[in-house]
Amino acid sequence: MDGKELLTMRHIKKEFPGVLALNNVDFTLRKGEIHALMGENGAGKSTLIKILTGVYQMDDGEVTIEGSKVSIHSPQDAQNSGISTVYQEITLCPNLTVAENMYIGREDSAWIRRKEYERRADEILSRLQIPARSTQQLGRCSLAIQQMVAIARAVDMKCKVLILDEPTSSLDDKEVNMLFKLMRDLKAQGVGIIFVTHFLEQVYQVSDRITVLRNGELVGEYLTEELPQVQLVSKMIGKDLDELSSLKENSDTEEEPGEVFYEASALSSTQTLPFNFKIHKGEVNGFTGLLGSGRSESVRAVFGADKVTGGIVTIKGQPAKITRPIDAMRHGIGYLAEDRKRDGIIAELSVRENIILALQVMNGFFKPISRSESEAFADEYIKVLQIKTASRETPVGSLSGGNQQKVILARWLLTHPDYLILDEPTRGIDVGTKLEIQKLVLKLAEEGVSITFISSEVEEMLRTCSRLIVMRDRHIVGELKGQDLNQAQVMKTIAGEIKVKSPDQLQAMKSIAGGKA
Amino acid sequence: MKRVKTLLLVATLVMSMIVCAACSSDSGKSSNSSSGSTGSTNSANTSTGVIKVGVVNNPPSESGYREANVKDMEAVFSKANGYELKTAYSQKNDDQLQAAQGFITEGVDYLLISAAETTGWDDVLKKAKEAGVKVFLFDRMLNVDSSLYEAAVASDMAKEGETAVNWLLSQNLSVYNVIHIQGAMGSDAQIGRTGALDEQFASGKMNKVVQQTATWDEAEAKKIVESVINSKADFNVIYAENDGMAKGAVAALDENGITHGVDGKVIVMGFDCNRWALRELLAGKWNYDGQCSPFQAQIISDIIQGKRTVTDKVIYNAEKGFDAKSLTQSDIDNYGLGD
Amino acid sequence: MKKSFKNIFSNGLGQLTIPIIAIIILVVFNLIRDPSFFSIEITQNNEGNNVLSGNLISIINGASELAILAMGMTLVTAACGGQDISVGAAAAIAGSGFVKILKSGDTISGGKVILAFLFACIVAMLFGAFNGTLVAVFKIQPMIATLILYTCGRSIAYWINGGATPTFSSSIVNAIGGFIPGIPIPTPVLIVIAVGIIFKLVFHFTSLELLTQSVGINGSAARLNGINATFIKLLSFIILGLCVAVAGSIGVSRLGLINHETLLLDIEMDTILAVAIGGNNLGGGKFKVGGSIIGAYVIQTLTITLYAMKVSSTDVKAYKAIVIILLVVIGSPVVKAKFGKLMSKFRAGKGNACVKGAE
Repeated sequence: MDGKELLTMRHIKKEFPGVLALNNVDFTLRKGEIHALMGENGAGKSTLIKILTGVYQMDDGEVTIEGSKVSIHSPQDAQNSGISTVYQEITLCPNLTVAENMYIGREDSAWIRRKEYERRADEILSRLQIPARSTQQLGRCSLAIQQMVAIARAVDMKCKVLILDEPTSSLDDKEVNMLFKLMRDLKAQGVGIIFVTHFLEQVYQVSDRITVLRNGELVGEYLTEELPQVQLVSKMIGKDLDELSSLKENSDTEEEPGEVFYEASALSSTQTLPFNFKIHKGEVNGFTGLLGSGRSESVRAVFGADKVTGGIVTIKGQPAKITRPIDAMRHGIGYLAEDRKRDGIIAELSVRENIILALQVMNGFFKPISRSESEAFADEYIKVLQIKTASRETPVGSLSGGNQQKVILARWLLTHPDYLILDEPTRGIDVGTKLEIQKLVLKLAEEGVSITFISSEVEEMLRTCSRLIVMRDRHIVGELKGQDLNQAQVMKTIAGEIKVKSPDQLQAMKSIAGGKA
Repeated sequence: MKRVKTLLLVATLVMSMIVCAACSSDSGKSSNSSSGSTGSTNSANTSTGVIKVGVVNNPPSESGYREANVKDMEAVFSKANGYELKTAYSQKNDDQLQAAQGFITEGVDYLLISAAETTGWDDVLKKAKEAGVKVFLFDRMLNVDSSLYEAAVASDMAKEGETAVNWLLSQNLSVYNVIHIQGAMGSDAQIGRTGALDEQFASGKMNKVVQQTATWDEAEAKKIVESVINSKADFNVIYAENDGMAKGAVAALDENGITHGVDGKVIVMGFDCNRWALRELLAGKWNYDGQCSPFQAQIISDIIQGKRTVTDKVIYNAEKGFDAKSLTQSDIDNYGLGD
Repeated sequence: MKKSFKNIFSNGLGQLTIPIIAIIILVVFNLIRDPSFFSIEITQNNEGNNVLSGNLISIINGASELAILAMGMTLVTAACGGQDISVGAAAAIAGSGFVKILKSGDTISGGKVILAFLFACIVAMLFGAFNGTLVAVFKIQPMIATLILYTCGRSIAYWINGGATPTFSSSIVNAIGGFIPGIPIPTPVLIVIAVGIIFKLVFHFTSLELLTQSVGINGSAARLNGINATFIKLLSFIILGLCVAVAGSIGVSRLGLINHETLLLDIEMDTILAVAIGGNNLGGGKFKVGGSIIGAYVIQTLTITLYAMKVSSTDVKAYKAIVIILLVVIGSPVVKAKFGKLMSKFRAGKGNACVKGAE
């Protein structure tokens, strides 16, 4: 536990044009420990990791591994120094096979025959209990499996330092537990693991030590057992969690549902089975279920994001035909997609352009939003949502995840939607922003906007939603409201009629229902 | 939406057909005629006294010269003149060889060839000889024994250049400052038309202001002359190796207020004798246009019909050169190419 | 002073840095070689008009077709992440169509010129739509899709006028390709300016710029924001078709002759290079039409410089290639990153203040 210092980073400084990302930050990783690196988005976690992996070059500071100074100028250097990384966003090649992905670009694999590395890949996959075959094309695997393959690749490189950057954000709980087991195994072998995550519970489940960053500066290093969760959060965001509890009370006040805004019967897309669904004016409802249960696919069908194959839709009692996103938008529906990078941001365009995009599309081709008007819109929402950006003309891709998410929120808010679908708006973003988004959702609902809110964290949904639609295996298996809106009930509904559960599955359900229960 | 998509699909298909038809237009011509040639032999016609002639040529799209050449062949070897003409046009030697083969098996009386390449023809010509088919070469020579053909009516590009340069010398200018605009380097026409002028540059009788290739591109020729004008270099002759480039050069002169033609400061020379170019000559805007004659059909026809006897197997077609001062409208009508 | 200079390098000019520096280097090089290189004179042309002449005019005038095509190509590149290699062939078709109408009948009136131009536009837009449909609807890579027309476009042009290289003379057409009486600036230059203004107006009065960039950068996100990517891609090809018609008509009008084999020959490569030199990403996304226009003038300046140096025109292409390789390499992300690092080191040495904030 109190092992030798494996990796030290001293006085690390990194500056981007207009932004000081890291200022005089120290970090120490010991042999055989799992060290959580915590902080809000924009705190500097990703930058620190990228310096360690050779993606960025630090402007000042010193890195040592096992006592000797190293200079890391490229990912190759990092690999040679025994540092392996699994990034938040999957960085593998979807068109190659699993085995190829595990061995591509590795010096030690240049002379290995295909059969040989496929065998080795299968071996390690089965050891890690990853349900994938080495010859499968990676792009055909689920996001979770892709993530695990990335981890398997790092594990196979026999690294000394393993960096896991948000490894669990796309894994379901069974997979998370599998990963934790693996992390503990590696720890026992003396590997130092840097664990970056937004899931507080997970930090307390596996980590030994916590380093907290805020606004590019070091807040401190703590032993996990000595730092209560509430204190951790307050160190991260610099304020107490009282606001969280006040939110809860807010959602307890039940209101009579207003008129029905949107109603679909037997709606189906290429990705869903036919389902019925309606939402009232000013209502916040949620879709929940395990990964792959069809919750995202359902809302995509509502928005016309996938090819709609059937069903009758009425909006405010009038029949409506929604087959493409633009149809939905014209009916006052906005959709914040699950995969921010792929379906949300236009990375190279500025914050301003990203914010006005949806409104512009709705205005039509021949009614461009003037420059001054768009600047005013951008400034307004940068202020209202407190988007941290060097300027409104900064490319949105250079913002942190949470701020990117706010930009997309701003994009939809600008269209003044009657109905907003938010699919995982809080994934991969910091506690502070999560809270802001939840508050925003409730505020919008008060103003009469209907909202569908999807989150992997059921607790978050219980806080915000007045009705929860539970899905399993592409079927809606229950609808919870009022008294039934509690973790136990959600868990029961997700589990459904299957009475006998393996311990693994029970554990999985417990943590999807909020963990703290 | 669906209807729009279908419409698009149909439109695309139609466009594809146009486009594909155009793609195969060159090769299409040769394949059409060769497929015709593989058909059954029409031996019945021989008895009626019709002379069957097979012509293997380059496609008319190759150049204005070739277009005139092809038209000339079609005009001379017409039904009215007692011929039955079969043609095959391709720029590929292999296609041409196949077509020639087809004509032989079809039983033509005469085989006329202007080959894409000078080599590879021995076997076909030997087969023709065995089959009793008489062979004439036109325009281009072949690397074969002269016993394999009756006669060759060849173009002499070098002679054409000489004729032009001799005309230029006969103008007795006190000084010759020449802008020389060449065709695509390495082409027969370029080599022939450049040779005689290069000799003059070498001997010092004429000064080379600039010698550049415009690869038959009119716009490029204009740029070349423009850059000379901008450099303030003195010049009084433009020797462009085809009419188009001469026209480009003249456009540059016009824009810069430099006079040209019969009464002008700069002598303009072109080649090919397009009708429009000869009209420029007639108007006195250009001075000279040289021609490599594309009209070989009449000579061959005369030999076939016994009106002309072959003394020398290689007959050089007379190369023409027209002087603006002596050009007449009937010259334009008789010798001009195109419209 | 120094600070503003640095700013220009780091962000001020952005993607225009390379083309502007390239053109400055070319100008300085020529001025050293021949101080009077860029001198402009007023001469009287053979039609009796006072017109401007000189190398500078040759450059600006000669680059007209290239500049117009580069503008259209920029849009196609941005929206589709690929290039149309058939612009030269399509221009030959449009030019042939233009001449076909002009030559129908005996006299060439102003109305007929307009009709001919409209015909050229329609033909070129149709072929643009053909390319666009292959790319946008059938998802064929632009270079492959346009390879078809590249291969046989000139054969189609050959058909239109029956293979001849027809000529015509008309003072109206001369005015389009040369000078309008009383105006000393070559008309093609005026047309470039007009096309540039039209582009500017289109960007101002439509949301084309934003939508095109969105489609080019992230097609999936663009779709989920209600953008009809197919339409945008198709539109970019149709707009390029219009540019092709304009360029083809200018090319034909310059000499009063259409040679379907040589009209705007090899211009597609220069066009793509102009787009690249202009700092536009050939993989699509953000674009600056102005960059491509400057790119066109860089290429033309280079050509005229080489001609003025009496470099054999067969060698000109090789020299051009060398310079262009240099420009493209300097503009590549790798070199840019190195340069950026150098600048930031330089700045760090000066210890400038920096803004704190998000990553």
